[in-house]
Amino acid sequence: MKLESKIPEGPLAEKWTKHKFNLKLVNPANKRKYDVIVVGTGLAGASAAASLGELGYNVKAFCFQDSPRRAHSIAAQGGINAAKNYQNDGDSVYRLFYDTIKGGDYRAREANVYRLAEVSVDIIDQCVAQGVPFAREYGGLLANRSFGGAQVSRTFYARGQTGQQLLLGAYSALNRQIANGKVKMYNRTEMLDVVVVDGKARGIITRDLITGKIEAHSAHAVLLCTGGYGNVFYLSTNAKGSNVTAAWRAHKKGAFFGNPCFTQIHPTCIPVSGTHQSKLTLMSESLRNDGRVWVPKKAMPGLKSQEAMKLPESERDYFLERKYPSFGNLVPRDVASRNAKQVCDEGRGVGSGLAVFLDFTDAIKRDGEDTIRAKYGNLFDMYAQITGENPYKGPMMIYPAVHYTMGGLWVDYNLMTTVPGLYALGEANFSDHGANRLGASALMQGLADGYFVIPYTIGDYLATIGWNDKVGTDHPAFKEAMDGVNERVTKLLNIKGKKTVDEFHRELGHAMWEYCGMARNEEGLKKAKKIIQDLKAEFWTNVNVLGGASELNQELEKAGRVADFIELGELMVDDALNRSESCGGHFREESQTPEGEAMRKDDEFTYAAAWEYKGDNQQEALHKEELKFENVKLTQRSYK
Amino acid sequence: MKITLKVWRQKDTNSKGAFKTYQHDHVSPDMSFLEMIDVLNEELTHKGEEPIAFDHDCREGICGMCSLYINGRPHGPLQTTTCQLHMRSFTDGQTITVEPWRASAFPVVKDLVVDRTAFDRIQQAGGYINVNTGGVPDANVIPIAKKIADEAFDAATCIGCGACVAACKNASAMLFVSAKVSQFALLPQGQVERKERAEKMVAQMDAEGFGSCTNTYACEAECPKGIKVTNIARMNREYFTAMLSSYQIETKGGGD
Repeated sequence: MKLESKIPEGPLAEKWTKHKFNLKLVNPANKRKYDVIVVGTGLAGASAAASLGELGYNVKAFCFQDSPRRAHSIAAQGGINAAKNYQNDGDSVYRLFYDTIKGGDYRAREANVYRLAEVSVDIIDQCVAQGVPFAREYGGLLANRSFGGAQVSRTFYARGQTGQQLLLGAYSALNRQIANGKVKMYNRTEMLDVVVVDGKARGIITRDLITGKIEAHSAHAVLLCTGGYGNVFYLSTNAKGSNVTAAWRAHKKGAFFGNPCFTQIHPTCIPVSGTHQSKLTLMSESLRNDGRVWVPKKAMPGLKSQEAMKLPESERDYFLERKYPSFGNLVPRDVASRNAKQVCDEGRGVGSGLAVFLDFTDAIKRDGEDTIRAKYGNLFDMYAQITGENPYKGPMMIYPAVHYTMGGLWVDYNLMTTVPGLYALGEANFSDHGANRLGASALMQGLADGYFVIPYTIGDYLATIGWNDKVGTDHPAFKEAMDGVNERVTKLLNIKGKKTVDEFHRELGHAMWEYCGMARNEEGLKKAKKIIQDLKAEFWTNVNVLGGASELNQELEKAGRVADFIELGELMVDDALNRSESCGGHFREESQTPEGEAMRKDDEFTYAAAWEYKGDNQQEALHKEELKFENVKLTQRSYK
Repeated sequence: MKITLKVWRQKDTNSKGAFKTYQHDHVSPDMSFLEMIDVLNEELTHKGEEPIAFDHDCREGICGMCSLYINGRPHGPLQTTTCQLHMRSFTDGQTITVEPWRASAFPVVKDLVVDRTAFDRIQQAGGYINVNTGGVPDANVIPIAKKIADEAFDAATCIGCGACVAACKNASAMLFVSAKVSQFALLPQGQVERKERAEKMVAQMDAEGFGSCTNTYACEAECPKGIKVTNIARMNREYFTAMLSSYQIETKGGGD
């Protein structure tokens, strides 16, 4: 099968406008004849479901949480980028495009990224119209800040809880369509398979998490807006429920998986406190605007915040400011994380040894405690709550943690996967961030896909197939898929082994973090592959899932998800092994510059890897989508 | 730390529940309350006893999914979400009673899990501004005084966890509903549908079986996001104004 990116012809700035004109339209009176399934209700899913409902399509939306408002987009803190240039500081659509392409270490499509920058301005207008309370200046206009390595102030924010406010905006738009009868919402319902007939996605199989009932839903198109797979590492900043199952089921039904090894390790998280740790908490990257990152020049094992206050300036190493004078503490996430790891590997870590300081002393001296409280109050409170320490009185301790996955289902310019009629939006797809995502770009991409891309591109597909081209749930393929899901549930419950689901998940996470985390090498990756294969075999003979199939059974839910994470883990390792260059968040120790920075191999690896599932325990097949750069020149990223 | 847990166990909505006591000897003060239950659940699984069902997701205090009525208080002794409550807030040897939210509008699903879809239905009744995607004015066309924007933001931070209902002796949802009514009543974008919104959301709140407000302020005291009862006062004003000049009369106006 040949990968067709469907990138439109023509100059970069005109591609999307032209493409929108060339896309087929569905007659307004015919829209009600089409059914669309949306899985996931985060920024991408809620905005897509609401927008498609507004257009007149019949939408069924699904989420595994008890309410669509709980989707993990809600936890995004820092902000959302948009090329509004309200600050008159030289921003433009082209600059946002350029920064995003460069930030992604030249492993994303030019056309997609340009479109993202282009529609970013519409997102802000839309959210304000919905009543999203963004931060404002005293004159009543919107406030901006510089964020995560950007040299312009283009980030819109709502204190430290921008994701919450944007999601509640999208949730309100979704609620409006639910009230209008255009969206039917299924809470506490998990998608467990995609149904493909005659090569097209025709529906999904779900499990009602309260009654355990397995059900079939058919539609003309299926949208997966199911987020990322960071929980493959067990410890991550993702919500506990975030999982890869929907995407992985789709992958097994023919959707190629793009760049699975591209994961983002976020530099500013609260360090691990013990073996009971169930998840990690991110402190917004915006903290790096005012906080200075440092460790002692000489190793001082166990150094605590209070003692650190007494350490003279001359004995401190502000390593980011030292190594990257022009970007300082605002270097992109991959660079900041790797440097934190490096100083800790040198033995200069503080606290447990796996932590560096993030110090606000100078900012508080300069701006006053009240100003700092107004900017970051909720983050400081959160830090105090979790660690039991007061961050106004001594530096915070931070350490990198898995936060986001740039990889995901491969999609073309229309956001369609390699299965016709099956789309992937938001973090679930692989498209716009290349090998590293810049801060405040995830919210932008989720909403761009849902509000402003899919409403256009889906029409083209639907108009092409016609409303008659639908398969009902009475088709044997639905029955077959339901039987498959039922069998799997029964199998998991009947193993009755000795280990809990979490024990398997922690072992998987440990192997992934150790060998496929911030730094990777061939030897480690090969070791990880073996560990994961063994773990998979053990899982299916020794996992212990109590309770029944026809009831709320949270262990059963977790077991299904962990089984899929194990398989995904192996594919991530394969992808990381194949890509012997370093780029963005993917750092191969074999490929670095003399200064220890990531070194790309553009001659060999200027492509997106798209993996094809070949059957149980079979090596997946690699397809390559060559990336063509017609507008930007590939350079080695430098933030010095 | 060692603690004794008295946990409400209930098979499903229609079964009768009861407290079950567990001795938990492996508690670290750095654990969150939910991590403490995770550890217990793994122990139970190893013993062949079904783990305790409880709602949770983000574990960073923002999704609003975790609940738990701990020693007679929603989300326990601190004014925070249960996921942000750490065991250092308890003492060695303490007995801790854990119940689900108690309100007839929040039926128990299993153990500590309750059904809060009534909150969604109240939002669906009017918790939005009627705008479609696209075709909206530039964001800076609507200046909003910082003071107003900040006040609207304070109301908008509600996480929909239901602690206000659980805290209230009448199981009233006034704080939850008033937070959304206030956000839009304050903002210029919300003015057009201001009256209709208040009427519809209050009507749905009543239909769901939530109780009345008798001004005890227990909701504010327990709200993990510090939503103020002044929002309830504002909603009352909005509601009475709406009732006195009902939107139905206004929309009939003009013409004949």
